[in-house]
Amino acid sequence: MTSLSIRGVAKAYGATPVLRGVDLEVPAKSITAILGPSGCGKTTLLRIIAGFTDPDGGVVKFGDQTVYGAGRSVPPQRRRVGYVPQEGALFPHLDVAANISFGLSRSRSRRAERIHELLSLVGLDAAMGARFPHELSGGQQQRVALARALAPSPAVVLLDEPFSSLDAGLREGTGRAVVHALRATGATALLVTHDQSEALSLSDQVAVMRQGRLAQTDRPLALYRSPVDVGVATFVGGAILLPATVRGLTARCALGDVAVAEGSAEGLGQVLVRPEQLEILPEGATGGVPARVAEVSFYGHDAAVHLDLLPHGPRVVARIVGMDAPPPATLVSVMARGRATVYATSPA
Amino acid sequence: MRRRSRTGGPTGPRGPAGPTGRPREAASALVLVAGTAVALLALIPLLFVVVYTVVIGPHEAWALLVRPRIGELLVNTTRLVLGCMVLSTALGTAAAWLVERSDLPARRLWHVLLAAPLAVPAFVNSFGWVSLTPKVEGYAGALLIVTLSYFPLVYLPVAAMLRGLDPALEETAYALGLGPWRTFVRVVVPQLRPAMLGGGLLVGIHLLAEFGALQMLRFPTFTTAIYDQYRSSFNGPAANMIASVLVLCCLVLLMGELRLRGHQRYARLGRGSARPAPRRTLGRLTLPATLAMTGLVLLSLGVPIGSLVHWLVVGSSTAFPIGSLASTAATSLGLGLGAAVLTTALAMPVAWLAVRHRGTVSTILERSTYFANALPGIVVALALVTVSIRFVRPVYQTSLLLLTAYAIMFLPRAVVSVRTALAQAPPLLEDVSHSLGHGPLATLRRVTLPLIAPGLGAGAALVFLAVVTELTATLLLAPIGTATLATQFWSNTASAAYGAAAPYGALMVLISAPATYLLSTEARRSVTS
Repeated sequence: MTSLSIRGVAKAYGATPVLRGVDLEVPAKSITAILGPSGCGKTTLLRIIAGFTDPDGGVVKFGDQTVYGAGRSVPPQRRRVGYVPQEGALFPHLDVAANISFGLSRSRSRRAERIHELLSLVGLDAAMGARFPHELSGGQQQRVALARALAPSPAVVLLDEPFSSLDAGLREGTGRAVVHALRATGATALLVTHDQSEALSLSDQVAVMRQGRLAQTDRPLALYRSPVDVGVATFVGGAILLPATVRGLTARCALGDVAVAEGSAEGLGQVLVRPEQLEILPEGATGGVPARVAEVSFYGHDAAVHLDLLPHGPRVVARIVGMDAPPPATLVSVMARGRATVYATSPA
Repeated sequence: MRRRSRTGGPTGPRGPAGPTGRPREAASALVLVAGTAVALLALIPLLFVVVYTVVIGPHEAWALLVRPRIGELLVNTTRLVLGCMVLSTALGTAAAWLVERSDLPARRLWHVLLAAPLAVPAFVNSFGWVSLTPKVEGYAGALLIVTLSYFPLVYLPVAAMLRGLDPALEETAYALGLGPWRTFVRVVVPQLRPAMLGGGLLVGIHLLAEFGALQMLRFPTFTTAIYDQYRSSFNGPAANMIASVLVLCCLVLLMGELRLRGHQRYARLGRGSARPAPRRTLGRLTLPATLAMTGLVLLSLGVPIGSLVHWLVVGSSTAFPIGSLASTAATSLGLGLGAAVLTTALAMPVAWLAVRHRGTVSTILERSTYFANALPGIVVALALVTVSIRFVRPVYQTSLLLLTAYAIMFLPRAVVSVRTALAQAPPLLEDVSHSLGHGPLATLRRVTLPLIAPGLGAGAALVFLAVVTELTATLLLAPIGTATLATQFWSNTASAAYGAAAPYGALMVLISAPATYLLSTEARRSVTS
């Protein structure tokens, strides 16, 4: 299979820059998520890779084949990309089998077999082949759209917010089915999304996009653990940011002394603690700081406990196992476990 | 070898949602050239009128225009056009709602019957009424007859649009506490606006050019006056001045539509296809609604058909000239088919630009195709006669020139249909096709054409219908010795030989009928499949 490489891709619509020099490497057979808020340019990047739009500059390579560069552009029909748009966009005048075989050459023998194979790959029944798009549910449409994209064995598969129109229950199941199918075919995939849990759970690598630039590209765990800046930190998950004084391997902040990594900036700064790093202990427990429970959001499997640190705040959120959540107004002791990440104090 | 992507493009700014793909961009330059050529062709009659007016000079022009006769014609034309546009829009929309959204019995039959008046030319309809009673002469009769002839031009697009609407929007309105009537006015009507306006505009434009029906009803408008000027006195300058006033009227219509039309795109980008809307139960209103529909069909179809049958059976002058009937029918059929293909092909680039590259240039191109339909057929014909004699002598007195006249005159019909059809084929589906390895041509054949084919068919059928029943331009441009059903019908009627005219009228209706039937069922198929 093929890796995907993007260098210095820039694009503007009129005077408005949308992409300001994007560099990205997607290793072969891996799934990379591009995570960003709406309007950050991620769909434009996808359309450029697919060849629907040309950038103003930069290079796009599939393996060692340059598909865009130095003013030369390979048309989309010769790029061998699989494209799964938002809401599927199945051809309304064709049934499921015809949709899936759309990209297969007419002479291809084993056509029916291939359709069958793809349907089962995306977890659909073979009987679905005769249905029309309007007879399918949203999740089924999305699976058919993926089967259609995978049918010609594309070099690269591009998925543009494929699950955003599905409801939450369906989203997770469809997401996993899609990832299984992608892994089974060994495709190199790029998934665009604005949902951080989708990005973190489905991909091997996450690229956070902000105002036309990639702020950080990393493995999901590394990204979550060591975001490059406060913006990325708050975008990829819940974050507690506290002013701190760093000395050696310890930062002193409202949560007491918290461990930090070696080589962290000394002196005044800011520390990032994730809500699930907080542990709630009985009142007066050693090593903790006193706090009062202000509010509890109970989700079942877990709970968000809003705590007012005593005596003068601030308020922080702890994420703990649902059944362990104390009732509001309880006096407790809070302790941060694990390491915090240090940032130089920003003017804000 | 590839140039860089331009961001503005020749047709104005496009948002990030709009297609700015490179293959499409290269293609759109070609389409732009084609669209410009079509627009220029369509503008020939207008340029002819303008040049003529300039040649006459302002002094002479003023003298020709400021006459009591012109004032009288202006009043007549205005009240007839406005009255008919309003009545047709109301009638067409109400009928479309009953057929598409209520549980009216025998809806498929009604759908066919409501489109059927298009198969009866307005002058045959007039013939039906006039030969029944002379009381229909004058304003009220003229308004009644032209409305009955032209309301399907609103009914068909509105019905098609109603069918394609996403019912979720209406359900949302109900959920927000709006009753059925307020939902219709505040949610459905705004979505129907392009179809209602497009249809109403077509009715108005059509009426400005109507000649046969009004001549027969002795209701003088600009168009009949121009014909009389040419035929009786060959007074070219006077007729051309009236034609320029007519062009001004058309311009008023176009500007009105331009201001009312929003800037939204109508492509449905949601899931594969729309869920059909639930129908409203009429309950106790079923009988009155059925009676009203029956009345409408009796007046618009029953009277002219009954009249034709009456004159065929009873008429003393009825004779069956089989040979003449067959040859005129073959001529009409051939001209109709040729013009349908030519006009639909010419409409493609214009409609494409209007839907996919909305902007000043594409709007100008689209508008310029409308002008010719507002000019009476006789002016289009005379413009082509003059231009061909001057510049391309060999095509004068050929069927090609006649076909060109038809194409110019009926482009608006084709453009409206093709435009509506293109709005059903979102560009995203083409992107997907490209990504699956299909080039522009294969994508056109396998995705775009199947999606827009019903609309193309509808456009071609509309043109065919118009050509088979076209009278004025045919009278002037048909090569010597070429007689069509319409011209034969007209010359018999003019000499009050109603019985002799009836077979030609009946045959015109019979030939138009299959196209009308196709028109009424084609779009429906996509829903029932």
